[in-house]
Amino acid sequence: MASPSATTVNTAYDSKIEGNMILTRVDAAINWMRKNSLWPMPMGLACCAIELMATASSRFDISRFGMEVMRFSPRQADVLIVSGTVTYKMAMAVKRIWDQMPEPKWCIAMGACASSGGMYRSYAVLQGIDQLIPVDVYISGCPPRPEALIEGLMELQRKIESEASTMEQKKALFDRIF
Amino acid sequence: MSAASDVTLLRESFGAKILELVEFREELTVHVELDALHQVLAKCRDSLGYAMVLDISSVDHLGEDPRFEIVYVIATVDDAKRLRIKAKVAEDVPVPSATDLWGGADWHEREVWDMMGIPFAQHPNLKRILMWEGYPFFPLRKDFPLAGRPSEMPDVAFSSVAPLEGGPFVTCSGGANTVVREPKARVVE
Repeated sequence: MASPSATTVNTAYDSKIEGNMILTRVDAAINWMRKNSLWPMPMGLACCAIELMATASSRFDISRFGMEVMRFSPRQADVLIVSGTVTYKMAMAVKRIWDQMPEPKWCIAMGACASSGGMYRSYAVLQGIDQLIPVDVYISGCPPRPEALIEGLMELQRKIESEASTMEQKKALFDRIF
Repeated sequence: MSAASDVTLLRESFGAKILELVEFREELTVHVELDALHQVLAKCRDSLGYAMVLDISSVDHLGEDPRFEIVYVIATVDDAKRLRIKAKVAEDVPVPSATDLWGGADWHEREVWDMMGIPFAQHPNLKRILMWEGYPFFPLRKDFPLAGRPSEMPDVAFSSVAPLEGGPFVTCSGGANTVVREPKARVVE
């Protein structure tokens, strides 16, 4: 069972209690919207993709988190789940897909092969997708159980909660003006 | 009609070109000379009924001359006879392609070309199949290390040397128990 982190913020809203207007920070609202509708771009390369499919189907059901929308177009996706062995031949295609995803985007390296090359210490396998693209969450396992993938997605949700996107934009704007 | 009687028929047709016959646990291997290889395969397909090629692979005998050996495994369909045909090939000598005999030979020969560097003459599409076009090495040769060699092709692919030992996720042998042998992560000095 996952232990809740100290920075977890649980937001809930009931219009009968709170009325039709809530006061919050823009960042909190944006993070809440983003984390509850993370649309995955499945980069299903090998066996981890089977576990990804199992997580998306009824028994483990990432639809509970709003993530059942597997958008196979990178232009419409938020999180790239690299699941499977990344060969050098495929690596540039993964990089191209990552480049086509619009901001905000995150990356999950699912499984041992995507995290570090896995058991394939050879001439043909890229030793971890983090040599090409920035990874937010690494999920270990060969393959990780669907529960582990869900835990990784929840970890990404916690990471998104702690972002401060408009604050950073404001700061960049002020630094430029003043 | 067994595979052994097929080999006898081959011997009658080709005589001295059939170098050797090896039998191991009821599997028959025929060693032939390279210049008779294509005719032997054609005779197997046409008169002896070997309608299917199961596998084409190669062996690297580094240090011997001829260096490589090419191996064909062919089979009949109805009575499931199998025959293995081997021929020694020197380096840079092309082997006549079997694609005109069996369509299935196409990708097998591309893989042999990709992994071992044995060229095939009259192959309709001899290009790399597992590695990318422009990869400068032949990985299954004995003088190529498992970890690979660095190469760079901008916008297509690159390769680097994989860490075979001493990395943070590699087990260390000879520890007292599994906890010592398989640490979750090691700090590399």
